[in-house]
Amino acid sequence: MNRDSVGETAGTDVIADTAYTSSLREQMLKFATLQLTDPHLAEDAVQDALISAMNNVSEFAGRAAFKTWVFAILKNKIVDILRQRQRLVYASNLLREDEDEQAVSELFDRNGFWQPDDRPLAWSDPHQAFENAEFWQVFETCLENLPPKQAQVFMMREFVQLDSEEICASAGLTLSNLHVLLHRARLRLRDCLEMHWFKAGA
Amino acid sequence: MINCEHVTRLSSEQQERRLSLRERLVLKLHTLMCRGCRNFDRQLPLLRQAARHYAGRRDGQHPDRDSEG
Repeated sequence: MNRDSVGETAGTDVIADTAYTSSLREQMLKFATLQLTDPHLAEDAVQDALISAMNNVSEFAGRAAFKTWVFAILKNKIVDILRQRQRLVYASNLLREDEDEQAVSELFDRNGFWQPDDRPLAWSDPHQAFENAEFWQVFETCLENLPPKQAQVFMMREFVQLDSEEICASAGLTLSNLHVLLHRARLRLRDCLEMHWFKAGA
Repeated sequence: MINCEHVTRLSSEQQERRLSLRERLVLKLHTLMCRGCRNFDRQLPLLRQAARHYAGRRDGQHPDRDSEG
């Protein structure tokens, strides 16, 4: 079976479209920076992933397939890098934990019940928000405002869809650490979306 | 202690694992009474959908400028 001629045309088309490639590169960079928290490492990982992808570009029939694949390569590179510096990440994680705890517990009163201003409201028509480009800008800003460790595990879980064991292994966390981080990330992200979108729009 | 902080943690963990019968009861009973936690519990699947939608958006950050109005 030989699909080369078909694939090559489409693949070359992907590379030839500079606007597309640079937008893709930007998305990858943002993603890698969130995961690695080091812009230089992120840049290297994206570069490597793009080069591997370009070398095999003829295997891809379209942009969607190309993007999925290039992100899969990037994800593997990120996991490798995170494994290498597992101890380092773990150490810096411990340093941040106190600050984090404080910010999240501000949502609740001394007895652990919602502060009146922070009690979640019902969101009207969330699916319509998904259709709105401005919503995604708010979403992105809210993600970027999460503490790095929370953003990292949230993205690994929800964006890359790694399972809990994989995340714990690559980020040097126990399952209970992971659950704490995801809980905090969700509390904050939800709060931020409500403040800057669902409440603001009402 | 069964308070909102604890119950939102259960909601969050429900996205990760199957809760025990006791945990599900605690979650259910509390969210029946507490509107804030009920809203939180409903929003978690939306957060997941949003994250996946965000990850899956193709061709850059501005899919449809014309339709913004």
